Amino acid sequence: MSVYLDYNATTPLDRRVLDSMMPFLCEQFGNASSGHQSGRIARAATDVAREQVAALVNAHPSQVIFTSGGTEANNLALKGCAARLTPGHIILSGVEHSSVRSPANVLKKYGWRLDEIGVDADGRLAIENLRAIFSGISADRAKILAVMLANNETGIVYDIAPIAALARDFGALLLVDAVQAAGKIPVDFTHSGAQLMSLSAHKIYGPKGVGALIVDKAVDMEPMLQGGGQEKARRAGTENVAAIVGFGKAAELALSELSTRHAQTQTLHHYLEARLRSELPQVCIFGQQAARLPNTSFFALPGLDGETLLMSLDRAGLAVSSGSACGTGDVEPSHVLLAMGVSPEHARGAIRVSLGKESRRDEIDSFIDCLKQQVHVLQRFAAVAYA
Amino acid sequence: MTSSNRRPIYMDYAATTPMDPRVAKKMMQFLTPDGEFGNPASRSHAYGWTAETAVEEARKQVAALVNANPKEIIWTSGATESDNLAIKGVAHFYGGKNSKKGKHIITSKIEHKAVLDTCRQLEREGYEVTYLDPEPTGLIDLDKLEAAMRDDTILVSIMHVNNELGVIQNIAAIGELTRARGIVFHVDAAQSAGKVDIDLSSMKVDLMSFSAHKIYGPKGMGALYVRRKPRIRLEAQTHGGGHERGMRSGTLATHQIVGMGEAFRIAKEDMAKDQTHAAALRDRLYDGVKDLEEVYVNGDMAQSVPNIFNISFNYVEGESLIMSLKDLAVSSGSACTSASLEPSYVLRALGRNDELAHSSIRFSIGRFTTEEDIDNAITHVRAAIEKLRALSPLWDMYKEGIDLSQVKWAAH
Repeated sequence: MSVYLDYNATTPLDRRVLDSMMPFLCEQFGNASSGHQSGRIARAATDVAREQVAALVNAHPSQVIFTSGGTEANNLALKGCAARLTPGHIILSGVEHSSVRSPANVLKKYGWRLDEIGVDADGRLAIENLRAIFSGISADRAKILAVMLANNETGIVYDIAPIAALARDFGALLLVDAVQAAGKIPVDFTHSGAQLMSLSAHKIYGPKGVGALIVDKAVDMEPMLQGGGQEKARRAGTENVAAIVGFGKAAELALSELSTRHAQTQTLHHYLEARLRSELPQVCIFGQQAARLPNTSFFALPGLDGETLLMSLDRAGLAVSSGSACGTGDVEPSHVLLAMGVSPEHARGAIRVSLGKESRRDEIDSFIDCLKQQVHVLQRFAAVAYA
Repeated sequence: MTSSNRRPIYMDYAATTPMDPRVAKKMMQFLTPDGEFGNPASRSHAYGWTAETAVEEARKQVAALVNANPKEIIWTSGATESDNLAIKGVAHFYGGKNSKKGKHIITSKIEHKAVLDTCRQLEREGYEVTYLDPEPTGLIDLDKLEAAMRDDTILVSIMHVNNELGVIQNIAAIGELTRARGIVFHVDAAQSAGKVDIDLSSMKVDLMSFSAHKIYGPKGMGALYVRRKPRIRLEAQTHGGGHERGMRSGTLATHQIVGMGEAFRIAKEDMAKDQTHAAALRDRLYDGVKDLEEVYVNGDMAQSVPNIFNISFNYVEGESLIMSLKDLAVSSGSACTSASLEPSYVLRALGRNDELAHSSIRFSIGRFTTEEDIDNAITHVRAAIEKLRALSPLWDMYKEGIDLSQVKWAAH
């Protein structure tokens, strides 16, 4: 048996996405910047993809900059904007992805002050905390704020509207990392109040190696990659035509199938958590009171070692994770859970299940049955060890 | 068969190459919905481990082509990123605020824009850059390079094979100069890997940029070689989950990496065969046009890869020439700058006047180019040149023996 339940880490290509990419992996190999026919065909295809990606998040195609992925998009947003400003403050939520936290930390070396907004146990952002931070910064100091739309570990969806209103009142630039949210819930860049938004193809059944930064044209942003002038001199490098085309197709499908995917996943998600709560009543599901993505369950079973549980689940053919794949491989407890006030012991035992559009009820059943079995085994060993 | 039914003959391999079918086949295993799609950084399940194994296998293949240690290969999104990472990475690490080393960089005027624009960016940040002039052959004179080196020089960046001319620089000799002075040496090998032997265990090169799509691999994929002995330090440019030993964060695109590995494996196996093939075809092309008068080869043919062949046809207007060659996919200047109508900065740096620079064509061929392609190209080029020269008043004047450089042109 092989059951994949780690869709937040990455997704398989949708067959239709692969079909759209094939011509550009084979006979249509032209460089999109070349003036001849094969170049023009490549260029036309990337133009279409740009429209498709823009449509997914209600942005304008001219606002789309294709990058090599979500990490690059977040780096470009923060470092690119910072480069055009006199160093001021960067404010992050306590639950941002490493591709936001890490560049923000690097900017400290260049004179930026880093502040964090607290989150509570239900994952809600302490908006009054943000207001206080803003009020403490003088009006002429640059402010960049980064708040993700949906968290990759807990699935919690953040209410950006009041954050954006506050950012506007205080003259702060707002970056919204929508990497996990896009394709799972409706995303509207134009009405979000954000000036910057990051996206990734491989989270929505598109290829790895391509993402996008959506930027409002009023934003002054320095390119991070210099060279051949691609992406209107905002991001140099020969366009990865096949990947961009795949991203466009994936975005188109995500938009047209948004409601169906949402409904299907939601049903399975409810089923999963209902079985968890009734059959493993000791389970602690993180953020269950909060608005969450329809596919993510992040939970812990107190007293049990998460790593061991994961390994035994893998041996049984079930692929889940302990949180962000983007870790360095060490067993640090999730910073997201710690920020939410979860104890390190609880956090270390956490398991993330994230469903996909192809996930099935029988897969959930296999997972729960196996989990119960492994829990039973581990508890017996624990009992023996302490006897 | 009219030309409009046929796809143009592709002779723009330096702009990009078709993927070798063997590369495409290898990549498919990681692209199909039921293939290996795991995130290589997923440590908790077999989907991730399988992907990670494939990534490490590909790393060995890339390292093998250039005789490097796999640990010295960092995955990037392409040679542009590798160039940016190498140059900014070294500049910020060795020339940063607290460094006493210095802020002087040496490069050449004929580097790819990815190197030149990065250097310009560093100039805006307070670094000093010396842009060396090439000789008329396209080669960098080593004595002039040595003379430019100072106590505060921290980096030299010279490309191995020039993308417009095909000229091969003597990077082994340059490496001796830089190592002796403790200067970091970066080489853009985007156009040379798989075409020219590269042995990083003997060449004193510290950083080397690679591109997959120039060698029958996928676009959006490259690598940067970062020497471990002696250890070269870099400031990372893309931060996040700590991938690639902290030097380049971001989810690894397994299928692209596998494709690059396979492309480099094939390049190692087929390099001798590929280059013999290209040399024969280049010679055939040259023989087919050299009897046309006023034809100038740009760059020293004897010191160039046969894959890139840049010729100027005097007394022919450049844009008209390109338009007349619509059955040939070629380029004038590099693809990366063809949007502008500026004459090639590389040709200008060689000392070519604007007219010759404008009337240049870069023919670049590769593994799949055939003799028939070359013969068709010759036919097209000859026809185009003859037709355009027949229409050219400058050509008439030249044929009448008028020295155009002496003509006083009346203003309109």
